[in-house]
Amino acid sequence: MSWEPRPVPAVTPESEAFWAAAAEGDLLLSECTDCGLVFHYPRANCPDCLGDAVEWREAAGTGEVYSYAVARTLGGWPEDDLPLVVAYVELDEGPRVLTNVRADPDEIAVGDRVAVSFVETEEPDVAIPVFESVGRDR
Amino acid sequence: MAAPVYLAGAFEHPTREAPEKSTMQLHAEVAKGALADAGVDPAAVDALFTAGVPGLPPLTLADYLGLDPRYADSTDVGGSSYLSHVGHAASAVRDGKCDVALVTLAGRPRSAGQDTGTGVRRLKTVQDSFERIYGATNTTMYGLAARRHMAEYGTTREQLAEIRVAASRHAQYNEHAMYPDPVTVEDVIESRVVADPLHLLDCCVISDGGGAVVVVSEDVRSELDRECVEVLGHGEAIGHHDAGRIDLTHTAAVDSGERAFAEAGLGPEHVDYASIYDSFTITVLEAIEDLGFCRKGEGGAFVEGGTLQAPDGDLPFNTDGGGLCSNHPANRGGMTKIIEAVRQLRGEANPEVQVDADVALAHGTGGSIGTRHGAATLVLGGADR
Repeated sequence: MSWEPRPVPAVTPESEAFWAAAAEGDLLLSECTDCGLVFHYPRANCPDCLGDAVEWREAAGTGEVYSYAVARTLGGWPEDDLPLVVAYVELDEGPRVLTNVRADPDEIAVGDRVAVSFVETEEPDVAIPVFESVGRDR
Repeated sequence: MAAPVYLAGAFEHPTREAPEKSTMQLHAEVAKGALADAGVDPAAVDALFTAGVPGLPPLTLADYLGLDPRYADSTDVGGSSYLSHVGHAASAVRDGKCDVALVTLAGRPRSAGQDTGTGVRRLKTVQDSFERIYGATNTTMYGLAARRHMAEYGTTREQLAEIRVAASRHAQYNEHAMYPDPVTVEDVIESRVVADPLHLLDCCVISDGGGAVVVVSEDVRSELDRECVEVLGHGEAIGHHDAGRIDLTHTAAVDSGERAFAEAGLGPEHVDYASIYDSFTITVLEAIEDLGFCRKGEGGAFVEGGTLQAPDGDLPFNTDGGGLCSNHPANRGGMTKIIEAVRQLRGEANPEVQVDADVALAHGTGGSIGTRHGAATLVLGGADR
């Protein structure tokens, strides 16, 4: 199943490697080798020190649900993809990333452990990272 | 001591649906209304502030209105822009750059057929490709903030509903309110789900309309017959994703409020009336905490028991019915926040909700607290304080 007709990212020189890695099954974060900040979304310059010694770092692809909302109505979104769980996942490396969680909207909870998976797009070099629920710590 | 600066005119367009008018026409009508309220000749306007106007905003608007400003500013931080504009206008007046600043807002999202939670298709910014592709809209993003606040502090949907209830009780006295019927906590809880935990009645209206205010120097004020409101303090701040460290339970009101109060030499305990941006119920709850009216996490308990209800609540808010029930023109609620605060300080609010107010606060939250937002706070003083 392809991501479309959901909206697809505009690929830029700064983000091209991120989407291509996703197509290979890897979730990338950015890491500033000057100040040590690990961040998301990708930028060529570090948002803490503005240094340009930024390198890609492969994330473990695991984390927990920091927050989530369940959209029952969403203009411009495919009807058959509702309800939609929009979430911030706090990755084990630290950054909170906006994403979708593939989970039963009535079962999901803040704090749930999640793991990344990838949905192909019609573009071979672009896949979309999403998360699946893998259990609860508590 | 900084030279005093005043709000001399304020006008809210009575329309909530204007299919027969252009947006620019609404700008002209609110400009005319605010200048007439102040008793200022349009030819005296020497500064222009606006946001959200198509094209190059000050150029489009100056041309359309036939104005010749020597100062212009189109800072756009979403719905809070107009509160920022008043602060910027006050600084420009104090710098001697202008004496009569016109601030306008207008828009027609209702007539344009906008539905709740729209906008995912437009990928315009660098962030959109990491947010909108997942269904990030205002409804889902504020839903995330509400969920996190509930999870972290035990805030309940019933507590959030209290905010809508208070707004609706005020709206019943506003002949122009889009939703003038009082609602109960149960009505809010049982309204249809939009972006759980937010339901329909947790969300503001989508309305056409606009508003304008006129900011003037002491020299101009002294020549006017109209009761003016003093701009005592202004503060603003920007909150954002912070490289992945975003905290959904705090807004930039923590900083904008502190800055505005510091400039005014006042604190939350001096505020008699508050206009608080209400795109969603959670927007109000977080702002109340961040502005210092209660401690972080205690907003839910604070709003229980009619605290926000005029005229007898401890913190009467949005006595026009706010964006939740009355008006959210152009999807930007900052202007109407200023206008209702001016009404309160002049004693011109609807009589049933008029507060004995010497000091009012107007606060805006533009953009999205789920991603990035502008916060702007004004502390305003009445003529007799």
